[in-house]
Amino acid sequence: MIQLTEVRKYFGEKRALGPVSFEIEPGGAVGFLGLNGAGKTTLLRILATDLHPSAGEVEIGGVSVAANPHEVRKRIGYLPETPPLYRDMAVGEYLKFVGQIKGLSLDSVDERIREVEEYTQLTPVHDEFTQNLSHGYRQRVGIAQAIIHKPELLILDEPTKGLDPVQVLELRGLIMRLKEEHTILVSSHVLTEISQTCDQVFVLNQGELIASGSEDEISANLTGTYRIILGARVAPDTRAEDLIQFVRKLPDITSVEMVQQDGQLLTLSVESPSDCRGSLSSSLVKSGHDVVRLELGSNELENLFVELLGQKVS
Amino acid sequence: MNGLRVIFQREINAYLRSSVGYVVAATVLMLNGLLFYTQALGPEAEARVSGQVLAIFFYTASGLTVIASLVLSVRLIAEERQLGTQVLLNTSPVRDWEIVVGKFLAALLFITGITLTTLYMPLMILVNGKVSITQILVGYSGLVLLGAAVLAIGVFATSLTRSQLVASAVGAGITAVMFLFWPLSTVVDPPMSRVLSALALHGRHFSGFQQGLLHTRDVFYYLAVTYFFLLLATKVLEAKRWE
Repeated sequence: MIQLTEVRKYFGEKRALGPVSFEIEPGGAVGFLGLNGAGKTTLLRILATDLHPSAGEVEIGGVSVAANPHEVRKRIGYLPETPPLYRDMAVGEYLKFVGQIKGLSLDSVDERIREVEEYTQLTPVHDEFTQNLSHGYRQRVGIAQAIIHKPELLILDEPTKGLDPVQVLELRGLIMRLKEEHTILVSSHVLTEISQTCDQVFVLNQGELIASGSEDEISANLTGTYRIILGARVAPDTRAEDLIQFVRKLPDITSVEMVQQDGQLLTLSVESPSDCRGSLSSSLVKSGHDVVRLELGSNELENLFVELLGQKVS
Repeated sequence: MNGLRVIFQREINAYLRSSVGYVVAATVLMLNGLLFYTQALGPEAEARVSGQVLAIFFYTASGLTVIASLVLSVRLIAEERQLGTQVLLNTSPVRDWEIVVGKFLAALLFITGITLTTLYMPLMILVNGKVSITQILVGYSGLVLLGAAVLAIGVFATSLTRSQLVASAVGAGITAVMFLFWPLSTVVDPPMSRVLSALALHGRHFSGFQQGLLHTRDVFYYLAVTYFFLLLATKVLEAKRWE
């Protein structure tokens, strides 16, 4: 879907981004995480064809952004940090304008506006001028304009910035729904937002990509350890301590900690240099214990982020 | 062409909604009326033939058309940058020339509308004096062509910057220099005088329209100036879109 090769961006002498290279497969949501000034907006603006890279190649859907930006623009929807709204236009009128410049025909645009307004819950403000809308509604209009032409790629730059907690939750829900139809790129410095909406995370610092992958992969790469949450019911006539000892002696297990005990039901935090959930499960079942929960438990993204930046600084 | 049509419609609506559009229209109408009364129908009016009165009207109206064209054009692209809406156009599948021409045509339609509301004055001369419809038509064609040329200069100026003030200064500067070519051409020797008079925005090229004389040379000049500055504006937008 997206391929970046050695992309750099300079503003005068100052390097804002790069060199950055990565590939993103279609589908799902990808989060760009970084402190202010890390290069997130610069990167998204390059992907949105708003900014030309100083060097490197960018391809979206197999089309070169530099060689054929017009074609790429048909495939993307972009919400910048501040939604690009005309204050003298009503919501419906604005969406009609955007739909048409994005290539929708006059016959189809009205129907699409109705769909998008329902989807983003803008129907009640269809006739309101955008200058009279609350920040939350403006943000929704921003998303509506980005999706009106059903783009393959949706780029959202800090979409929850300035929203109150309820609006953040609503917008997060909207992004989760949008994931089903679009490939989404979201930037934020709010860790929980990325953690809760994105399947893949790219961490940027001072213009460089310092980590990428799922939260679990970043965690494993960073610490060299997979943390597995194990929920098991202790076999009859066996003590909880026996189960812990049993797990501790299994190959590839480096540490076992009790998280919670509820009668015969234990929750353990198990660390291993590899993802050994398969062998762990079969060993426990063979020894007569019931496995009720077995999942990769990531370190909190917040901790990872701080650790990553700490490593970079040191 | 779809982008051009949509941008044209948006701009026309923006003019009709903004107070600036109405203020410019009202000011032009009022000043045209005042100048018509004081200049064309002034103390020496009795000594003039109707054709001269009409020529004076077109002369004063041309000045107001130039000022109105500058005022209406400087917001066209600079305002998009100020409001942050330029990014919407930048990331949409719309060509730079469609943005420039769409905005230009909307401004031209608006300025033409304002200009045509002054029609009652030439019609008064037509009814009470002796002028031909052709002279009126040619005079108005001149105003529209002059307006188009100045609008194109304004569009170019507004494409350069996000500040409407700077755009106004640049637009007014270019227009003033091109106006000054005419008086300058009268004080320098040939061949420079011929070059300057050929390039002058007013004077030689507008005087024919004032008198009701349609010269292909003058029409071509205004169309060429319009094309040249619209082309420059498109190139600037193209460069800035990827800045």
